[in-house]
Amino acid sequence: MANGGTDRTIIIGGFGAAGASLALALVRGGVEPGAITVFDANPDSDQAPDKPDARILALNAGSRRYLEALGAWEKLADQAYPMRSIAISDTGLEEGIRPRLLDMEPEAEGGPLAHLVALGRLNHVLRGLCRDAGIEVLKGRYSGRTASSTAIEVRIDAETRRARLLVGADGARSAIRTMAGIPMHGWPYGQTAIVATIRHSLPHHGEGAQHFLPSGPFALLPLDEYRSSIVWSERAEKAAEMLAASPAERKRAISARAAGWRGDILEVEAVSSHPLQLALARRFVGERIALVADAAHVVHPLAGQGLNLGFEDCAMLAELVVERLRAGLDPGMPDLLETYQARRRPAAAAMGYAMEGMNRLFSNDSGPLRVMRDAGVGLVNRMPGLKQRLMKAASGQTGLSPRLFRGEAL
Amino acid sequence: MQAKSDHHDAPLADKDEIARFNALAASWWDPNGPMKPLHRLNPVRIGFLKDAFAAHFDRDGKAMQPFGGLNLLDIGCGAGLVAEPIARLGFSVSAIDLAEENIAAAKSHATLEGLTIDYRATPIEKLPEAPTYDAITLLEVVEHVPDVSAFVAEAAKRLKPGGMLIASTLNRTMKAYALAIFGAEYVLRWLPVGTHDWNKFVTPDELDHTFADAGLLPKERAGMVFNPLANSWRLSGDCDVNYLASATKPD
Repeated sequence: MANGGTDRTIIIGGFGAAGASLALALVRGGVEPGAITVFDANPDSDQAPDKPDARILALNAGSRRYLEALGAWEKLADQAYPMRSIAISDTGLEEGIRPRLLDMEPEAEGGPLAHLVALGRLNHVLRGLCRDAGIEVLKGRYSGRTASSTAIEVRIDAETRRARLLVGADGARSAIRTMAGIPMHGWPYGQTAIVATIRHSLPHHGEGAQHFLPSGPFALLPLDEYRSSIVWSERAEKAAEMLAASPAERKRAISARAAGWRGDILEVEAVSSHPLQLALARRFVGERIALVADAAHVVHPLAGQGLNLGFEDCAMLAELVVERLRAGLDPGMPDLLETYQARRRPAAAAMGYAMEGMNRLFSNDSGPLRVMRDAGVGLVNRMPGLKQRLMKAASGQTGLSPRLFRGEAL
Repeated sequence: MQAKSDHHDAPLADKDEIARFNALAASWWDPNGPMKPLHRLNPVRIGFLKDAFAAHFDRDGKAMQPFGGLNLLDIGCGAGLVAEPIARLGFSVSAIDLAEENIAAAKSHATLEGLTIDYRATPIEKLPEAPTYDAITLLEVVEHVPDVSAFVAEAAKRLKPGGMLIASTLNRTMKAYALAIFGAEYVLRWLPVGTHDWNKFVTPDELDHTFADAGLLPKERAGMVFNPLANSWRLSGDCDVNYLASATKPD
């Protein structure tokens, strides 16, 4: 074809949920599937979707609308569990009763606060849709790039591909970011998240719970009626101890933390652990490179915001790129990349620092601090305007959110 | 965008010349090079062109190549900063510029991009005087010609009945003097001093009269405003400095 074709090429490094969703968003926006290449060292490692998977994500309303637009939500809906409210409490571990400090419920028309979805299933669905759409998926490792004012040459194993734009969706240890010389600022929390699925004797009625315990937050997120996902943040040494403990000991420890909120804990399955960190790339862009999701930022999973932020990056980048391509223009130009960074980096920084601040504030047993934070949260609860704003931000409905997050077509 | 006339009689096949044109093309197309202001302006002005043409020719503005089957003449094309994207949208594009070396640079870049564009170093009046084109663009060029009325009339003669012409230029206001000449040339050094002559700037009303005199119907007008905080341009109702205007030719 004389005019058009390969000159619109976009290469996405990383075939996880973020990279796959971005590829689909571009195609939904009218980019020819043949113009998109996704590569990953393990593109076929989809987890069998029915195996127990404790990696549970809390997807906000914006992410849900994004996945609806991609045609992925309808394939997820039967295993997406709504969380209609979340109760927050702040107590010492020894106190058996955990009074409610703050309740968050969405406005009548807003739908659930979040939907809980297993990451393995989400990956499986998104990857399947990419393959169905005819998007090329290469197996290979990133080994560098050469950018010029008109193109970027991307080396994948021994092969070299030319594109207008390279997207780094290759995770927290992004090789694309590292080789572009973009530093990551951050620090480990010294905390580890223990993630597991529990079966309990009382129904949860779609309510989540977050207990801020001195050693870190303990969250119960509702799955099907008698199952919940737990995200339990602990000091690293304590977490290692728990992982080494016998199933009976684990169950006892989890029961103590759940404090009877779901009746008896009957079973604990699919236990895994994840060291927590906060990290933010100094720049989200390089020459003809854009970073999305964990390649750009890693935040505390306190409110399940990690992938929501990542999806919002992808929705914004897709919107900007599609707009450029519809004008026949080069989607790798510096002004587009600057706009992307200006719209996304402050959001990630704010979320990262907010989560970090909340975690530090609550992961502390000092008496005066507890009085202050209790008063603070109580205040939030009594000021509906403020609470709504907090919730809007948590559900991805802020002023500059991308069209696909607002439920609009590209 | 039309550079000062700088004719060369050397054959285009000369190796040194080709290297020079390639270098010139590279400098035109470097987003951070001397044409940076035009690269920054491009998404906004091409967005306007696309929406105006899509509405006029009843095409889908969200399609990647909505303008198949239509032809367009870009006058004062430089090294093809507008001609190339417009060609990608499906128009069959012819593009002219007075400067031979701009045309050589444009040709070299289009080859690199795999685009087919009919580039010619010629003034508009040397093109066959017949209604040939569905669409004509005169971007950042009206303010550089000695006789705007004669120039627009020549363009209008080559527009098919039912066709659309779009021009963009600078308004003759004190604000335009302050921003486009004093600001852009002397302070920001975006443009070489002497790029613009304020006396040649054209007000939107004058441009509409010029359109009418050439047998065209003025249609739409939009300002282009630079936001220094976002370092980007946007369309606006404010036509005090940079603006775009469209006109159609009655059937």
